[in-house]
This record gives sequence, C-alpha cells and structure tokens, in this order.
Amino acid sequence: MLNEQLNKVSAKLDKCEHYQKFKVYRDKVLALGNDSLEKTIAIAVALCLVCAVLVSFSAVALKPLQVNNKEADMKKNILDVAGLLEEGANIDAVFKDKIEAKVVNLETGDYAEDINPAEYDQRKAAKDPAMSVAIPKEKDIAHIRIKPKYAKVFLVKEGGAIKSIILPINGYGLWSTLYGFLSLEADGQTVQSINFYDQAETPGLGGEVVNPNWRALWKGKKVYAETEQASLEKGLIEEAEIGEPALALIKGVVDNSKPGSQYQVDGLAGASLTSTGVTNLVRYWMSKEGFAKYLAKVRTVKGKES
Amino acid sequence: MSEILNDETKKVLTEPLVDNNPITLQVLGICSALAVTSQMSTSLIMALALTLVTAFSSAAISAIRNHIPGSIRIIVQMTIIASLVIVVDQMLKAFAYEISKQLSVFVGLIITNCIVMGRAEGYAMKNPPLASFMDGIGNGLGYSLILITVSFIRELLGSGKLLGIEMFTLSKDGGWYDPNGLMLLPPSAFFIIGLIIWGVRQWKPKQVEAADFKIMSIAHGEGGHH
Repeated sequence: MLNEQLNKVSAKLDKCEHYQKFKVYRDKVLALGNDSLEKTIAIAVALCLVCAVLVSFSAVALKPLQVNNKEADMKKNILDVAGLLEEGANIDAVFKDKIEAKVVNLETGDYAEDINPAEYDQRKAAKDPAMSVAIPKEKDIAHIRIKPKYAKVFLVKEGGAIKSIILPINGYGLWSTLYGFLSLEADGQTVQSINFYDQAETPGLGGEVVNPNWRALWKGKKVYAETEQASLEKGLIEEAEIGEPALALIKGVVDNSKPGSQYQVDGLAGASLTSTGVTNLVRYWMSKEGFAKYLAKVRTVKGKES
Repeated sequence: MSEILNDETKKVLTEPLVDNNPITLQVLGICSALAVTSQMSTSLIMALALTLVTAFSSAAISAIRNHIPGSIRIIVQMTIIASLVIVVDQMLKAFAYEISKQLSVFVGLIITNCIVMGRAEGYAMKNPPLASFMDGIGNGLGYSLILITVSFIRELLGSGKLLGIEMFTLSKDGGWYDPNGLMLLPPSAFFIIGLIIWGVRQWKPKQVEAADFKIMSIAHGEGGHH
C-alpha cells in the first residue's frame, strides 16, 4: 500500500520539471569540493530547511496536547491553593463543580461582566498594550512594569457564600518572575494558602517557594494591618499604615508570641532576594494598585453576592 | 543479529559504561548531572532524552559527514543537535508535562552538553551511521549509569524515597530516618561523582592520569620564602 503510493509520488516527481532541475543541481553540488563557497552555502541552506521543517512540525503537531497539559496544570494549581486537591479526583470535574472564575476590573474593583472569564487570559492581556497599563516606577515594587487592566480571580463558594477568594499574583524574585495564586478567606484578610506555579528561582534556596512545608506557614496570616504594632518589627518589613498590606517575609523564624507575628512569614533561608521579591509582590497585589478595591467590595457584601 | 553485534558495535556500546565513561573518565556533562539528580524520575527522563539525542544526532551527522564543509562543521553539528533537542523538549511538554516542568531548562541545555558534541566531533565525523548510532547509545548509557547511581543515592538519603515511593519513614512523619538536606542540593552530586571517580580509578588504575607536575619538596628550604 505505502510502497505503491510512494512509487506514485516519485513517478509524479520525476515528471515535474522543477524536481529534475533540483536533481541536477543537487548532484552538481554534491560533486563539488567540501570547502567550496557554493557547497558551504547550499549545505547550510538545505540543513536549515530540513531542521526548520522538523522543528516546526513537532511544535505544531504537539501544540494541542501541550495546551491541554498547561490548562490541566493551571486547574490543578488553583484547586491546590484552594485546598480542594485530592489524590485521584477528577480535576476537571472538581474544578467545574467548585470553582467559579470571574474577571475583575482592577481600577474600580468591580466585576467586568462584559468579559468572558473562560476566554480571558491574564498573562496574555498583560502583554497586550490595549489591555494593560504601565505601572509608574515609584509604585512598581513588584518590578513587573506592566499590569493588565483586568484580573482573573477564582471564587470557591459553599451554599452561595464565598469560601475562598483566589487571586493571581506575580512579581520579580531573584532570577525570574514568579507567578502564583494567593487564596484568602471570605474576609479578604486571612490567608488560606499561597502557591507559585511558575518560577525559576535557585532550586533548593529560592526555589523552596514551592515547598509544601513553607507554604503551610502562610495559613492564617493576615494581609492588612489592623493596628500600629504590625509595622514595628524591623527587618524586611517596612512601615505599613493601618489598612495597608503589612504581610511580609522576615529573616529567620517568626516568633508567634510576639505582637504582629500574624503579619509575618518565615523568610526562605539563603534566599533574601527571593524573600524580598515575594514580600513585594504580595504587598503590590494587595495594595490599591492591585486587589485592595476589589477586596473591599467583596468584604462589604459579605460573600452574599451571587 | 550477528551482523549488528560485531566487534566494533560491541566496543562502542560497552566501553563507555566504565572504561571510557563520559562522566567519570572524560568528565563531560557534569552540569546536568549535578542539576537533575535530586530525584530518580527526573534523572531517568534526562538520561533517556540525552541517550536518544546523542544516538540520533550522531547518526544524522555521520550520514552527511562526507558532505559537511569543514568551515561550518561545528555549526552544522549544533543545528542538528539543537533541532533534535527541541523535538525532544516538545515531546516531553506534550507527554510528560510534570517532569518537563521539573527538568525546565535542562532539556534545552542538552544542546550544550559536551557529551553530544564530543561524540559528534570525535566519532560520528569519521564513522558510518549505524556505528555512530550505537556509539551514541553507548555513551548515553554510560551517562545514564552515573546519573541513575547518583540520583539513587541522593533521593534515598535526601528524602528517604526512591522514584517517589517512600523507603525510609522520615522522622518528621514519626519514623526513624532524619533526611540529609545536603543530598538535595547540587553540591552533593559533586561529592558523589567524585567518590565514584575515585572508586572507578581504584578499580581500574590505568584510568589515573599522570600528574602534570610534581610538588617540590620544601625540606631543603626551597620555596619556603612565602
């Protein structure tokens, strides 16, 4: 079968006058000395063509599978940060069942009802000049330069009431931009979990941001300063006014008996710059530049909003 | 089979395992050996990827070796190797996404792995495709052998697991084993590879290189003024 078809193709090719010309040229080139200029160029061009076809074929043919993998991975991360990830459970089904995606206008803090959350890609939007805004340098503590106008948040609801608010966060660490999710309780103040799904910090040091033991330290921490003392602790923390984000990573281990410890998370050992980066990106996204306005609105409606 | 398994093929397949191991004797490809060996699963995939790339790139380069212009020889080799690595990377992203995330840049760095280039330049440019293919497999296996050994030691001692399955119950989970955190950091691979090289050279003393120079005795007062 295959042989027949191949024969047919080659018979057709034989009739094609361009192929004949190609054959003549090929034989001429192959007969040339290896160091002649013409052969060097011809070999380089031919090789590049073959390799380009090979590479683009594999890239295009495998793209759908890769996109699927990425989506499934993203869903898994969201379920993980919401504390809903169970071994062996069907991720798609649980995600559909429990998680609701919403698009938030960062400037007003309202939901943008005209954008379909299923189709909105925040990371793509951040690269689109029409969909993003440049951040003024003095406000850009997370060093991301551009932020999207709209952010895609995820809500977990139980009986109509919001159980957790999952916010996308990103910012620069030491080597890489860290992308992750921060999950808050319905009060928009208490941290449930944090999860970085895309980062390239030093494995074993800054890369420990993905360590489950370290991530567990975030549970129950508070984002916004409620009293003055929060900002008294020196170290990585800078002053934070009441109502401003105060959560920060500190050097060493948090002493839970001290006032203000609810705003502190252990820094990553041997990774001061990654720790500072994480502090800054959390503070940036929790500030008025980020989700503060949105959280203020979610909080006032006490999760009753449908 | 007898035709495929002739003496030359046997030689190129078995020699790189111990006698001419790319890591312990030629000391090539150390970078990735340090980076991906904290877990056995990543090492296995990395070993497989490198073996395939070395084998197929050697075969492809050998197939056109008589027509490669000397002036662009290295670039031609690099182009073929890089294309194959991209294909492997794309395949991993499509079929083994979790592992491709863990391997991250190191799959791409196979392009610069000295073993692949070394075999292309040292063997494939002078030998027929089938022998070159086998040579690639052999060297890939030599690399794999060291990678798997190192990752076996690192994962077992560093996290008490093998291929993610618990072997020792960790003390923090109420067991007896206190994991050695150093084993999870890249420098531990340096120590382990060093120990393996020492072990192999004790076993096969002819691998020991002659010293480049002799340290002069300072007993006679020479060199003592520093």
